[in-house]
Amino acid sequence: MADKITVGYTHLSGCTGCTVALADNYAGLLTLLDKYVDLKYMPTLADARHVQKVDVSFVEGSCCINDKLAVEELKETREKSAVVVALGGCACYGNITRFSRGGQQNQPAHEAFLPIGDIIKVDVYIPGCAPTPQMIRNVAVMAYLLLKGTKEQKDLATAFLKPLMMAAQKGTTACFCDLMTDVINQGLCMGCGSCAAACPVRAITHEYGKPQGVRDLCIKCGACYNQCPRSWFSFDVVSNYEAINEAIMAALQ
Amino acid sequence: MGAELGIYKSCVSARSTDKEILKHAQDGGIVTQLFGFALDEGIIDGAIVAATKEFAHKHPEKAMMDNSNMEFHEPWRPIPVVVTTKADMLAAAGTKYNISPNVSLIKEATRSFGLDKVGIVGTPCQMQAIRKGQLYPIGLRDVGASIALAVGIFCMENFPYQSILQLVEDHAAMKLESVKKMEIGKGKFWVYGKRGQVVQLPLKVTHKYEQPGCHVCLDYVANLADVSTGSVGSPDGWSTVFVRSKIGDSVWGKAMAAGCFETQPIEKVKPGLELVTKLANEKISKNKKTLEERATFGVAKALRNPYI
Repeated sequence: MADKITVGYTHLSGCTGCTVALADNYAGLLTLLDKYVDLKYMPTLADARHVQKVDVSFVEGSCCINDKLAVEELKETREKSAVVVALGGCACYGNITRFSRGGQQNQPAHEAFLPIGDIIKVDVYIPGCAPTPQMIRNVAVMAYLLLKGTKEQKDLATAFLKPLMMAAQKGTTACFCDLMTDVINQGLCMGCGSCAAACPVRAITHEYGKPQGVRDLCIKCGACYNQCPRSWFSFDVVSNYEAINEAIMAALQ
Repeated sequence: MGAELGIYKSCVSARSTDKEILKHAQDGGIVTQLFGFALDEGIIDGAIVAATKEFAHKHPEKAMMDNSNMEFHEPWRPIPVVVTTKADMLAAAGTKYNISPNVSLIKEATRSFGLDKVGIVGTPCQMQAIRKGQLYPIGLRDVGASIALAVGIFCMENFPYQSILQLVEDHAAMKLESVKKMEIGKGKFWVYGKRGQVVQLPLKVTHKYEQPGCHVCLDYVANLADVSTGSVGSPDGWSTVFVRSKIGDSVWGKAMAAGCFETQPIEKVKPGLELVTKLANEKISKNKKTLEERATFGVAKALRNPYI
């Protein structure tokens, strides 16, 4: 028991889709909780709901700055966690809670919702709407290895988490247009199609092998850009895909 | 360098034993034969391959939706499709030499196409995309474990559609519609017409038409595929095959046992691995240089490096 990492889950203005994605690991989630993770608090899945001191906290949802309690909980989460993970498009980038995204009508309320990185320092991003169960699982296993693993495992976890930490440093805005500015206009797109596959709202198609986005559909979740192999790519990690996949699957047996 | 060919368990020169496949194939018919076998054996339920308009006209429901390609009228424009039969596979055989965003169908293949075990063929960069997607499935829920066979093809560079149009219709003075086959080999770009005419262009002419994204690529022989294949290194009509992963090893072993392929040891064929190694090193060192130049491209301004 002592070897588990302590984890918390702060739920701000999110639709619970991230929670569901976490739960959709099914037996994998039970194994995680059995062997690696001591879930200290979490609104939907645990009895304790209030923020406690933990190793890693996941934050779902953006933060409504008109809601004093939400702001306080977010600040407290930062103070009491060694590592803060922004889980999902809303926590990372505001996603659909922000102004006129995904074809929504303009609503004044949208102006109050901030990505958590605008209020506290965030260490790791898991973008996407919803983030995938497998991505949450992989990050959870890597967080465990980082804190409790051998030297070798720590190195692997550091390398694995590095691009997600870089994403957290990059900023609190995301858009389909990141593909334009940082990939295509940098002469880096080679037309693999990852972005279109990753888009949860089918806003991306390919014209002559290059992505075309429908801006009115884009919810700015960050999935396309972060899925792109030319946004960031680590040969150290990805070249060992077979061994890493096997290790993660073995850990969850 | 030593790592230019990636990690592999075995390497042979091979061709399909199916005469019908060889008739349609670019070289040894490796991809078509291997996917055909995997379909028969239930190793995959279907595969994402690059077809052309002829196929898409017949089976629009199997083709990728593309706002710029609703009519499917352009000859030799690759269209990513999901195929579930050997006949479809055969209809899509052959290299198209321009960009086919095959990975764009990887999630849809497991959704509206209903595949549990997906095969995919692609260039080295597309194999990188697939593996990144398995380790970092940011927008690819439940996709990673469904990828049952990823076949990579050797790739020096790729061309946008407009480049192929220009090369064939301007430089080679042939209507794209009348082209039977295109090929890069022996230092030339070859265009074969349906009426038997052959035009060759020196690669010096084709270089400026390459897509820029290819010039930062550090992988020639699809190091991250389960099985990778290409013509380089093997005699005409044969393909060089690298068997790389556990999945690749298992599928290749079964296909060999079923008599799908005729093989020769790679050490026995000309020009053999020596040429593959040479070209791989050429590509990698050229593109490493490009990456270095990008770092100091402007005045105190760098172009972005995607690798960390």
